[in-house]
Amino acid sequence: MASAADPALLERFRIIKHVILVLSGKGGVGKSTVSTQIALGLARAGKKVGILDIDLCGPSIPKMFNLENREIHQCSDGWVPVFADESQTLKVMSIGFLLKSHDEAVVWRGPKKTAMIKQFLTDTFWGELDYLVIDTPPGTSDEHISVVENLRQVKPDGAVMVTTPQGVALADVRKELNFCKKARLPVLGVVENMSGYVCPHCEECSNIFSTGGGEAMAAEFGVPFLGRVPLDSTLTRALESGTPFVDAFPQSPTWKAFEKIIAPLLALPERT
Amino acid sequence: MGLERPDDVPENAPEHCPGVESDQAGKAASCAGCPNQAICASSVPKGPDPDMNEVEARLAPIKHKILVLSGKGGVGKSTFTSQLAFTLAQDEATQVGVLDVDICGPSIPKVMGLEGEQVHQSGSGWSPVFVSDNVAVMSVGFLLGNPDEAVIWRGPKKNGLIKQFLRDVDWGDTEILVVDTPPGTSDEHLSLVQYLQANNITGAVLVTTPQDVALIDVRKEISFCRKVGVKILGVVENMAAFVCPNCKKESEIFPPTSGGAAALCAELTLPFLGRIPLDPRIARCCDEGKSFVEEHPESPAATAYKSVVEGIRKQLTSS
Repeated sequence: MASAADPALLERFRIIKHVILVLSGKGGVGKSTVSTQIALGLARAGKKVGILDIDLCGPSIPKMFNLENREIHQCSDGWVPVFADESQTLKVMSIGFLLKSHDEAVVWRGPKKTAMIKQFLTDTFWGELDYLVIDTPPGTSDEHISVVENLRQVKPDGAVMVTTPQGVALADVRKELNFCKKARLPVLGVVENMSGYVCPHCEECSNIFSTGGGEAMAAEFGVPFLGRVPLDSTLTRALESGTPFVDAFPQSPTWKAFEKIIAPLLALPERT
Repeated sequence: MGLERPDDVPENAPEHCPGVESDQAGKAASCAGCPNQAICASSVPKGPDPDMNEVEARLAPIKHKILVLSGKGGVGKSTFTSQLAFTLAQDEATQVGVLDVDICGPSIPKVMGLEGEQVHQSGSGWSPVFVSDNVAVMSVGFLLGNPDEAVIWRGPKKNGLIKQFLRDVDWGDTEILVVDTPPGTSDEHLSLVQYLQANNITGAVLVTTPQDVALIDVRKEISFCRKVGVKILGVVENMAAFVCPNCKKESEIFPPTSGGAAALCAELTLPFLGRIPLDPRIARCCDEGKSFVEEHPESPAATAYKSVVEGIRKQLTSS
């Protein structure tokens, strides 16, 4: 899994302070949700943030920032990402911006996906960033190999691993942890998402997908446990409408959980 | 954007390879420097892949081949696949096969209670693992020495294994084969359609959750089915309303902001197969590898499963 140094890519990443990948072996555990909330939290802390969505067949990021129907523009410095907010602290890049309609399927085999990811990494004109958050599709295949291979030369800070507490998700996330080990990508920590649901009628908490599994797995693999995020329909709704959850519910237990997850990311040592 | 790269592109080909079956093979501008250029340019007419015939011969006795698809991950494809298989198999005369082509994240061994099982080789091919007398299962999970092992494979290698699954597994007298897939519209999906040939696939069942973020991916999967000519048997909405075990009141964890799967089906004139509520016991049964429909036959979720399966079965008998 070696690739030669690419000066164009090195130049792009020279002015990006931190690179964080959001991974999970399993689909639908909340990678895009966690990526979105991390990006919002970092931006709120005054950081310049970029978010790159490399889920080519099922990009969710444009919807979660209410940026559907936006387009990418080309300038002499490359592809200009889409701004997610008026103050222009949050920039977004996704294949969703390159498709003609929502319904259009990206029916691509591996080599074409690999080429696209390479292009995203070398051609996106992020400018200076404090953080680049990379959202990935489920699995350990073309997209993951490509992104890790291409980024090896710029030494990303590491990966945030998202899981849900039930066994069937943990089984896949264990594979992803082994992928990180093989790819020598540091694991920044594990997030246990969809942990418990509080009934809006009677406040009873049900562990729909069980609870505690993520923390136990983090301990077993000797990686940090970043925290537990409850199932929260107000969060789902915020993502559906593409409005920043933190603006509407800054005091909610769900946002407090994200703050706890983001704190160590804000304290990351400088990349060498 | 020109989206499709031809299916027949070698792994070491340049980015704009026209495909080895193309008229332009070996002659296009992008062929310059490709290690395969000489072979392509020699223009020996290539016969059809001989494996295609073997796949066809192997699977011809299986009456119905159903794909379980979804653009989005984690919506319950594997859960649905297992419950569909268990429910179909309640009729003891029906032999059911389950093929898991999610190479990087196989969940079927766990949700069907077969973790740690191995595949055996026999004179007639790979023997699947039997859950009961009439349910046979095959998954990459059975081929891994250690369940934590990551399968870090690029597309061509995944395609090779899928072909092997289709060509070499001895399904016996299986009547209905249910194929569980990974999320997306990429190598695994294209290979399945290519090897099975769209007209030999009975149809696809699409699984989604009610919120838009999942539905936008399902729309892509519908486009995929229509493009490659796979019939859509219908859409199932999973993780619909949650009933609190304490106060018995319903709430929507994944709210159907634009009307959920039912509205999508109405818009695109597709059969809506039904709505399956979120029941914590389903996740538990899956973790324990038990059949939810047998463990909790009286629950609303089991009733919902049965009605969805009945809807699918009706389409099978009429087709």
